[in-house]
Amino acid sequence: MKRVVITGMGIYSCLGQNLDDVRDALYNGKSGIIFDPTRKEMGFRSALTAKLEVPDLKKELSRSQRAFMPEQAKYAYCATVEALRNAGIDQDYLDAHEVGLLYGNDSSADPTVRAVDMIREKKDTTLCGSGAIFQSMNSTVTMNLGCIFRLKGINLTVSGACASGSHAVGLGALLIQNGLQDMVVCGGAQEVNPFSIGSFDGISAFSVRESEPTKASRPFDRDRDGLVPGGGAATVIIEEYEHAVKRGAPILAEVLSYGFSSNGDHISSPNVEGPSRSLQMAIKRAGIDIREIGYINAHATSTHVGDAQEAKAIYNIFGERTVEVTSTKSQTGHEMWMAGSSELIYSMLMMKNDFIAANLNFENPDEDSAKLLIPDKRIEKHFDTFLSNSFGFGGTNATLIVRNM
Amino acid sequence: MDRVELISQLNEILAQEFEVDIATITPEANVKETLMLNSLDVVDMIAIIEFKFGVKIPATELSDIQTFEALYDYVFQNIKK
Repeated sequence: MKRVVITGMGIYSCLGQNLDDVRDALYNGKSGIIFDPTRKEMGFRSALTAKLEVPDLKKELSRSQRAFMPEQAKYAYCATVEALRNAGIDQDYLDAHEVGLLYGNDSSADPTVRAVDMIREKKDTTLCGSGAIFQSMNSTVTMNLGCIFRLKGINLTVSGACASGSHAVGLGALLIQNGLQDMVVCGGAQEVNPFSIGSFDGISAFSVRESEPTKASRPFDRDRDGLVPGGGAATVIIEEYEHAVKRGAPILAEVLSYGFSSNGDHISSPNVEGPSRSLQMAIKRAGIDIREIGYINAHATSTHVGDAQEAKAIYNIFGERTVEVTSTKSQTGHEMWMAGSSELIYSMLMMKNDFIAANLNFENPDEDSAKLLIPDKRIEKHFDTFLSNSFGFGGTNATLIVRNM
Repeated sequence: MDRVELISQLNEILAQEFEVDIATITPEANVKETLMLNSLDVVDMIAIIEFKFGVKIPATELSDIQTFEALYDYVFQNIKK
């Protein structure tokens, strides 16, 4: 099996639009959550959301290129530009090599809704414009990135609900381990527009702590009342180790393993057994003693059942209060299709800068979270190995274990 | 709307949408070349004209519209109907 290393990262999130700003936001415990009045006018139960500006890419991309890009593809473009730059990859390199692309995305609601509205109102499909079909397909992000960066390897969207971003990195790692690709641009993207999560709001999954937006996302806290939707994009460049050495790439960390599982159970209520198998698979495949893991980035979204089940799974495997566990969703909200990739980057930024960001709003533990070591304040700590969980609707689970280099 | 006003509005809308210098849009200039339209961009031009002026240009007519003068003629003739 070939070794897989991370050689570049890029991020566009509510915590910042580059790695440095996001690192500082994590360190300082900044929350990216706001109250959006327009959602209230639209009939939302909860108007809480992460705040994100859609980038203006007029200077970077032609009109024809931009016409095919919904907001999440624009976020993904920005994150990928940063990641490629940090990996020391330019267009000449991409033109001369078969670089792959696996990106998590599981919706593109805004352009879909707009096109349907137009057809219904005007009864003329031409008025949808040329971009609507490309913007509204689920593979829109990989479609766009593959063409913009002229990528020539695997080109595939990974749709695994809220574990999409983790599965993308994990599947990319498997391709490299098996010698099928030398480099894969991996990541996850999440649209933030109201249409994308209106029906999610409709199942009462979101926090309604609207009077205190920055306190609404409170994973593991006893008084949590639901998640807060977020979004953006995160790109991780993974590469075969020898290949990275040969081209003098900045080698940041090694992807030790990818664990996965399916609950085979309820569509929205997670269980303990499924995530546990994902964790155990990742640990076994990494071939490490679990005491080497110095930090766990939990999936914990701030829902009652989800956080409790994950806490049980972590406790069953790691024991009582053995390793720091936090959910960065306390700062970002739930970045859904993007989350697996963004949380890998958040964890990398912490590992590279010797700290663990506070699990914001963790004021009172419940029966399950009391068994975990969850810092409610930032701690300064050096660690060389972390584990990151991502779980999604339908019971899809992914776990990544990464070691510092 | 008189023809002068229509030409002015059309030029402005097309220059803005397709991000070209409005000075390059002249009556004798080729539409596709000036606006740098590929086959998908043409769909957008048809959509914008239909949306703004209520004039739908059928694909069968499009091949006869090479210059902006011809485009002005088509839109002006059909906008009055």
